[in-house]
Amino acid sequence: MPREGILVHTPYERMTNEQVLQVHQASIQILNEPGLISFNREATEIFHSNGAEVASVSSSDNPCWLVKIPEELVLHALDSAPKTVKLGARNKDNSLVMNGEEPRVFFVSGSETNIWLDVDFQPYVKKSDPNIEVMVPEFHPRRGTVLDLCQAAHLCEHLETLDAFIRPVNIQDKDITEDNKDVNKFFASLNNTTKHVMAGLTSLKQLDNVVNMAKLIAGGGEELKENPIISFITCLVKSPLQFVEDTTQTLIEICRRGLPIVVSSSPQAGTTAPIKEGGIMAQINAEVLAGVTLSQLVSKGTPVLYGSVPVRARLDNLSDSYGAPESSQYNIDCVQMARFYKLPCYSTAGVCDTKTPGMQTSVERLFSDILVTLSGPQYLHCAYGLLDGNSTFCLLQAVLDDAHFQMIKFFLRPPRVSQAEIDDTLKQIREVVATPQKLYIRYIRPMLRSGQLSMPYPFEGDGETDNVLALAYERMKQLLSQPVEHIDPATTSRVFQEIPGILSRLNVYEERKEQ
Amino acid sequence: MSEDIIALLKENVIQGRRTKDDEGIDENMAGTPGVLELTQLALEKKISAETIITQALTAGMQVVGDKFTKKEYFIPDMLASAEAVGGAMDILKPYLEASDVATKGKFIIATVKGDIHDIGKNIVSILLKGAGYEVNDLGTDVPTERIVGIVGEYKPDFLGLSALLTTTMVVMGEIIEALKESGLRDKVKVLIGGAAVSDEYAQEIGADAYCVDGFHAVKVLDAFKEEKA
Repeated sequence: MPREGILVHTPYERMTNEQVLQVHQASIQILNEPGLISFNREATEIFHSNGAEVASVSSSDNPCWLVKIPEELVLHALDSAPKTVKLGARNKDNSLVMNGEEPRVFFVSGSETNIWLDVDFQPYVKKSDPNIEVMVPEFHPRRGTVLDLCQAAHLCEHLETLDAFIRPVNIQDKDITEDNKDVNKFFASLNNTTKHVMAGLTSLKQLDNVVNMAKLIAGGGEELKENPIISFITCLVKSPLQFVEDTTQTLIEICRRGLPIVVSSSPQAGTTAPIKEGGIMAQINAEVLAGVTLSQLVSKGTPVLYGSVPVRARLDNLSDSYGAPESSQYNIDCVQMARFYKLPCYSTAGVCDTKTPGMQTSVERLFSDILVTLSGPQYLHCAYGLLDGNSTFCLLQAVLDDAHFQMIKFFLRPPRVSQAEIDDTLKQIREVVATPQKLYIRYIRPMLRSGQLSMPYPFEGDGETDNVLALAYERMKQLLSQPVEHIDPATTSRVFQEIPGILSRLNVYEERKEQ
Repeated sequence: MSEDIIALLKENVIQGRRTKDDEGIDENMAGTPGVLELTQLALEKKISAETIITQALTAGMQVVGDKFTKKEYFIPDMLASAEAVGGAMDILKPYLEASDVATKGKFIIATVKGDIHDIGKNIVSILLKGAGYEVNDLGTDVPTERIVGIVGEYKPDFLGLSALLTTTMVVMGEIIEALKESGLRDKVKVLIGGAAVSDEYAQEIGADAYCVDGFHAVKVLDAFKEEKA
């Protein structure tokens, strides 16, 4: 049985049907005029051979073409793109089945941050009263490593609400190069979680090694098709409206191998996209449609997710402001557009502007977590553990996020109103009113024990003390002490023999022997 | 046989099962005798009221209290057990009187004049009854004169006053003054509770204690009892 996610019974939508249609028509117009600039020759040829108007706009050292994509191509692609996409997993019970018309949300980690934030707690003594000592968290940023990625996957394996794993750490060890990065990040992830693993590809040269590794782990080529334990994200479009040379090629090659792929665009309103809601929507939708169209032209039926990471610019430094309410508005609009096309949607929430866990972080994250979840995207990159935009990952924050998603999932349970419930409750009311105390407390117990009632916030301190971070830290340590089911020894051995470049320190069986 | 009934009774207190219709915590208990049925059965088997109270009811409540402290149990669990024990105490009352066994003490409780809030007061009543006190709940919006009159007539060991509102908490001080005027203040320990009041306020109006909640009230009364002994 695949994971259940959480079904949003009545998804929140901002736009009327008329507005959705207006955005769609504007995107179709954009794809035709001005069209997209393609820096990828093969993509240009594919579009051209399928009827797109192409004109060279190259400079001497930078070949590129203006591609005008006709409406029919887009509509055919939307017809052939699967409406249901399955993402498999090492443990098949962790696979996800996403239907573009069903607002069933799966919560996912991400993105690829450079900074890993360590946490420890130090005692601080009150100057005016040295008898008073409190433990204060200290945060230590450093470059992420492949063993950090293992630890992130390990923790995420045990986070109850997390449905799939996008690698959250950029591995920057000295012995990691462009030629071995992909196999190491996929192996480190797959070996430490039995959930679905998604990542971007650093080097196209590594694609076949990664796919071959996935085949070994899944049990063969057919098994991988049936149970795609990995998938890819490609940001083939650089906003505004440009097909990037290398990532576009990556998309083409992944489509040829039949694995699921996210076509993602991340324009910034105010700089690389119009600041007005209708404007950024028309542009991002055009960019994603262009990618979806290319995926279907390369290989009809490629499982593709409508990927949207729109964000507003901060006006003090022009960096991405994920904490701005407008960023959530754009994301929710994109979810609605994807549903209009019946495509499963990869959406974004939970990214915040702050650098460490704390109050602002929780406010910013929960704001978008709740709102975007309510819109019903199928695959929600909700940034478990991410801080400072997409720059920093912190395990402690991921634990806090899991608690928040438990609350959100609880809230989204369907209404418990039925004639049988009402009849039962009317009986209770009559009984209670006849008692001297007039309390309903005795009727709580059956619900309490059957999980029908939400529990208090798990990191609540005693009295007036705020111990949230310290208690979450304890929970983090507890989760990391739980074992994970690694890839079996025989398969691990084959992976190390047949796939070049995987670092020996990732072989848990060899490590154990050495110990 | 007696041991079996006592053990079963204690277990049903822990499960918070007042009657056979209650579910308890463990599965498949519904339909089996609860605390009230087992108390009746124990009496039929000639087990003394004192044995029932000390070895089953009080011992069971002790376990329940421990579980609550360890956060294994929640307030509804405590109240269910206390309600069950309270019901058993009603059954045992005539036997206690006949055998000269005293309860832990007489407790009167009321929400003061002008205030109709009673959730906290009701919970205090249930818990104290479950803890073995003889509880007389006067209800809400009770006039000062009535409270003073019943203290004179009923001669309780303890008087609990409850108020939620800042506008009604002043009545507590008036009641204490009225008790003094009637010469009853030294005869009864006055405890106050409710969202509006505090430890400081208890001291200010001359109450004997402030109780944060029902569980605290049980501890405060037990402490007064020990002090007296």
